[in-house]
Amino acid sequence: MGDTHELLQREDQTVRGVETGGLSVTLTQVNCAFGSLNLLQRFNLDVPAGQFLAVVGRSGCGKSTLMRLIAGLNRPNGGHIGVGGKPVEGVTSAVRLLFQEARLVPWQRVVENIGIARGGKWRQAALSALSDVGLDGRGDEWPAVLSGGQRQRVALARALVSDPKVLLLDEPFGALDALTRIDMHRLLDRLWSNRRFTTILITHDVSEAVALADRVIVLREGSIALDIAIDLERPRHELSARRAMQLQRQILDAV
Amino acid sequence: MVEPALEGFDKIAVVWPQRFRALARSLAPWVLPAVLMVVWEIAARKGLISARLMPAPGTVAVAFWKAVLDGTLIHHTVVSTRRALIGLAIGGGLGFVAGLATGLWKPVEILLDSTLQMLRNIPHLALIPLVILWFGIDETAKIFLVSIGVFFPIYINTFHGVRTVDPQLIEMAKVYGLDRWALIRRIILPGSLPSILVGLRYALGFMWLTLIVAESISATSGIGYMTMNAREFLMTDVVLLGILIYASLGKLADTATRIIERRVLTWHSAYRTKQRQN
Repeated sequence: MGDTHELLQREDQTVRGVETGGLSVTLTQVNCAFGSLNLLQRFNLDVPAGQFLAVVGRSGCGKSTLMRLIAGLNRPNGGHIGVGGKPVEGVTSAVRLLFQEARLVPWQRVVENIGIARGGKWRQAALSALSDVGLDGRGDEWPAVLSGGQRQRVALARALVSDPKVLLLDEPFGALDALTRIDMHRLLDRLWSNRRFTTILITHDVSEAVALADRVIVLREGSIALDIAIDLERPRHELSARRAMQLQRQILDAV
Repeated sequence: MVEPALEGFDKIAVVWPQRFRALARSLAPWVLPAVLMVVWEIAARKGLISARLMPAPGTVAVAFWKAVLDGTLIHHTVVSTRRALIGLAIGGGLGFVAGLATGLWKPVEILLDSTLQMLRNIPHLALIPLVILWFGIDETAKIFLVSIGVFFPIYINTFHGVRTVDPQLIEMAKVYGLDRWALIRRIILPGSLPSILVGLRYALGFMWLTLIVAESISATSGIGYMTMNAREFLMTDVVLLGILIYASLGKLADTATRIIERRVLTWHSAYRTKQRQN
């Protein structure tokens, strides 16, 4: 709980209106199929640099496939995917993916997990990333002793340590309890406000999408059923505001 | 919870049974062997069992002391241990490399695994007649048999360990751009280590087993030779001594792997809690 307090204070010190540290993401006429199952068909999506996009949809609608395509883990059957105007040809350090599970290496200490790619002065960078996510001084612990929320923070630090231009979040808070999730929302909001990396968040939680994103798209059967701008002022502490409720309703109707 | 006046008594009442229980717990595994020894000793002295076929523990202890004094025990133990360790190094090393190769590369698995599985089903002790024909009764024969005995448990468990490394971690490592070598060194090897160590423990069992049989059949030194030689002269006390030496060497090897496990697997929560208890 003391953690939350500290984060809230830091959040207030955040400087608004920093220029973007992100890259645009473009998908043009993308097809993706597994066997006879068409996950994405002639799919188009344009995410401007620095935008926070939330993708909402039922399970099996192609959300995770979308992420894996942008991350360069899978190749599309057709169409074009670009990050910052360049075609995606494989995994790069500019694009980082956060999974639903933290996926920390259990036999490496927290700091070694963050610096998993081991480039340059990795230890120093890892420790500073660790303090960015509010886990100062926990670098020498084993992942096994951390709570679920702390593990996701470490995973977030691991993604951020290489200063990514695009951050892909595949339901990273889905398995956390409600209070921890709110902590993570604040943390993510603060980090994004500071660095303005392009963020794509997959979620099935509509209120989470409305609380965090600039724009929400609803995926249904491999195509976009709704594309809506979230024109709420930041910081968004008051989630019960009328406008937020209206937006949530609108999105839920489209799911 | 407790009245202030009773606090002291309460502490004593709690501390003593706890200490007693801890002591009892550490002694409990030794109760049955101790009772058996006493019964055995008494039965032998009363003539209930033939001292010639089954000498009393006291007699075995005397035989032990004699063998220590004339240096034969140490000589035979050193010879046996040396054979065991060389065989373990060769067979275990090959098993590890083969398990790693088949685990990591599908073509190697297709090429090698079914052949190895076929060979695995041959009891390696059935090879003794052949091995004697090939190598005679010198060191090579025994080391060869031990190597074969330890090869398979290490091979199978290394292969299994590599194959059961969490695929989510491997995918994560790919996303973070780890190259093949870093992936093997930092994810796959440590991830398969618990399984490899299980293989090592099995291998140590096979190692002594193979050696006993090999030394009993064809040898001029070693614990197995010592016991077989004693049988010729009906020295049952020395035979029993040989068996006890094997038992304690086996136990020693097992303890060594447990210590290695605990050292190497500190990250593993199961081993960490064990460490705390001790």
